[in-house]
Amino acid sequence: MISTELVDLSRLQFAVTALYHFLFVPLTLGMTFLLVIMEGSYLVTGQQIYKDMTRFWGKLFGINFALGVTTGLTMEFQFGTNWAYYSHYVGDIFGAPLAIEGLMAFFLESTFIGLFFFGWDKLSKGQHFMVTVLTAIGSNLSALWILIANGWMQDPVGAEFSYTTMRMELSNFWEVIFNPTAQAKFVHTVSAGYVTASIFVLGISSWYLLKGRDIEFARRSFRVAAAFGFASALSVIVLGDESGYTISESQQTKLAAMEAMWHTEPAPAAFNVIAIPNEKEQRNDYELQIPYVMGIIGTRSFSKEIPGIAEIKEKNRGRIESGMLAVSAMEELRKNKDDAAAKQVFEAHKKDLGFGLLLKQYTEDVSQATPEMIQHAVDSTVPRVAPMFWSFRVMVALGFLFAILLTLSLYHTVKGTFLKQRWLLRWAVLMIPTPWIAAELGWFVAEYGRQPWTIYGVLPTHLSASSLSAGSLYGSLTGFVVFYTGLLAIELYLMFKFARKGPGSLGTGRYYADQAAH
Amino acid sequence: MLDYETLKLIWWVLVGALLLGFAIMDGHDMGVGTLLPFAGKNDVERRIMINTVGPHWDGNQVWFITAGGAIFAAWPLVYATAFSGFYWAMLAVLWALFFRPVGFDYRSKIESPTWRNTWDWGLFIGGFVPPVIFGVAFGNLLQGVPFHFDNDLRSFYTGTFWELLNPFALLTGLVSSAMITAHGANYLMIRTEGDVYRRVRSASLIFGTLTLVLFAAAGVWLAKGISGFVITSAIDPNALPNPLDKTVVTETGAWLKNYSLYPATMLVPAIGFLGGLLALLAARFDKPLTAFVGSSLNMLGIIGTAGVSLFPFVMPSSSDPRSSLTVWDSVSSHLTLGLMLGATIIFLPLIIIYTSWAYKKMSGKVTAAFIEANDKSAY
Repeated sequence: MISTELVDLSRLQFAVTALYHFLFVPLTLGMTFLLVIMEGSYLVTGQQIYKDMTRFWGKLFGINFALGVTTGLTMEFQFGTNWAYYSHYVGDIFGAPLAIEGLMAFFLESTFIGLFFFGWDKLSKGQHFMVTVLTAIGSNLSALWILIANGWMQDPVGAEFSYTTMRMELSNFWEVIFNPTAQAKFVHTVSAGYVTASIFVLGISSWYLLKGRDIEFARRSFRVAAAFGFASALSVIVLGDESGYTISESQQTKLAAMEAMWHTEPAPAAFNVIAIPNEKEQRNDYELQIPYVMGIIGTRSFSKEIPGIAEIKEKNRGRIESGMLAVSAMEELRKNKDDAAAKQVFEAHKKDLGFGLLLKQYTEDVSQATPEMIQHAVDSTVPRVAPMFWSFRVMVALGFLFAILLTLSLYHTVKGTFLKQRWLLRWAVLMIPTPWIAAELGWFVAEYGRQPWTIYGVLPTHLSASSLSAGSLYGSLTGFVVFYTGLLAIELYLMFKFARKGPGSLGTGRYYADQAAH
Repeated sequence: MLDYETLKLIWWVLVGALLLGFAIMDGHDMGVGTLLPFAGKNDVERRIMINTVGPHWDGNQVWFITAGGAIFAAWPLVYATAFSGFYWAMLAVLWALFFRPVGFDYRSKIESPTWRNTWDWGLFIGGFVPPVIFGVAFGNLLQGVPFHFDNDLRSFYTGTFWELLNPFALLTGLVSSAMITAHGANYLMIRTEGDVYRRVRSASLIFGTLTLVLFAAAGVWLAKGISGFVITSAIDPNALPNPLDKTVVTETGAWLKNYSLYPATMLVPAIGFLGGLLALLAARFDKPLTAFVGSSLNMLGIIGTAGVSLFPFVMPSSSDPRSSLTVWDSVSSHLTLGLMLGATIIFLPLIIIYTSWAYKKMSGKVTAAFIEANDKSAY
């Protein structure tokens, strides 16, 4: 049996490496499109300043991108190194979008990004613009395929278990691609990336404006970021709301946890603005509610109920009991695949197989599971409420702050008064780190919220890990933390250095840092 | 759709093709990294070397990532078993690769010699370590790897990291390193001039020769001293994949069976030798482009030889031979293999077209004058 220590360490390592990776992804997703807009302006107006903007913001983008590539390598290999049983069990479905991502998107992005940096003198204006556009398309398509893979982990459609090969097998690829959970995640994630990049450019430009340097450059950058950011922030909020969470069972479980809804309420349910969840007694010690709001946002109706935690657990108890029969029948079939009786039982219960496998954490022989074990398994099917509840709330609060900042920025851009609004500029500078906090919390809600599963309802996290020693994990985890932290420190150092220098770092002689150097 | 057996065979060829693409494309920039601290005697020379691959290393690296993704999708059991079994070896590759993106991008952003020198050694590690480890991995595949499956097809690796570093595997590691270094030298010959050109030309001759000698030595060792694996039960190539459904024995000389069974396959090692010779002659007579084609053929022959010798095995098990993974029983479903083939047929030609365009646009010698003129924007 796999030790809990090993599984926890494997999870921690995955979380650490994924959270680090996700520090660099959002900026890449959004920055490529901002570069497209800036270079497009250069193409249309022919003004040098837009080319300088593309090159300077491209430089900062490059510093970030290098670590995105570095930490991204880990993600491609970690499924095999640390989640070997997962890789075997679902590779038939999960591997395909990853491979297609490489073929369709990653090659595109990575080939053209080199030309973006090095092609200014070797390509025509139009060719270079096309290169920038293809880089942006590549990075965003890359996100699409990754989120199709991730969406399938949340909501495993289009696949069936085979006891001969002892794994999930693809039955309908279109269902996997057009999985509504995946599509909702994709739109939300890329929009969040656009907001991140917009606030990054907005904040740094504001800093130049506050310092009174490189005004023309910063003014134009601010305007581009405000307009693009405003549209993106709206899209994050509109497309990122809870309606996406009623699509599937896994998402409903997350919704109940992150809204601290212990019980199903009569529709339309109230929204907990603030609550103090009490995990032990499965209730909130305090709650501040707005009636009806949750039900209306979540279901877009006045009459549909949103299931609460207690009801979800009771339903899962039934599935676990049915899953026990499925596991036993499957084990019989592994011994003798012509066992007709076992086949009949298996067919009747196979949709609950994954729930039966939850008990493997407590006993090898699932059919002998005690009532306590079953109770443990039932309780484990809903993630802990407090971390979900608060992560989600902070993320949403930040999302609204972004929208306010970007709306005001756009308003003053249109009015042409933003240079005078020093409070707005100061606020924009202070907001620079916040999109990253929101992005990391969003990742946490999505992934922690899926526990105890790697593939919801199909494969428990506990069974997914590689059979390694805990010692190996301590070693590799330490290595990753040390390596990544060192690289992050270097990245931040360079980022600050070049952001401070501003467009003068291009060495064109036209900007503040050029003058200061002489 | 094609039948299952055909698809299984096609995917064996395709994984090989992706590995070869990786060796040719990422291999030449890894060769550049390996040669960097030695063939570049000062900052400008090193920047010249780095900038020959500056626009391309990232795209090239995707061959590696895509090969990994393709193995995941087409041979999930191989991906799972090899990556978790070779845990520390894989992490060593990964951590060595970490130095590349940051090394390339950050090195010339600060003028301090210590800073730049440190990253140069980082790029060396990123170029030198992965080919050695991949070579060592192939050496171990040819000897069998200690792993087995339980009834749920969970894999257990029972060896240690240090066992991977046995003499035969170290030899194949050297073959891999020498061939990649020679290939990188040939690429540098295309893109440089003057002192750097002269040094990498010598490197091409030295490492090219070394590759051929070591490859021959490994071949003799394989024939005389390494037991191959043979499936002794009936094979149904169209069956649903189940690695535990067969019996396997080890036999001296078994790795040579395919060559006597299908004599045409002898062309594969022959291409390895002839390609290597072509590269040497071309380098000797200052024909860098031909030398690059030669070393590419050389790698096709060497990687192909490993593949043909092992066939139909992909990852034989030394401790529990029936758990061995073969092209017949480590694959994904019929549907997935077919679908992935479709994706490959659509996208691989596109990738080759736009990569060629990128190289064409960036072609020409990288000179000291170029570095000076682009001091702020070049790597």
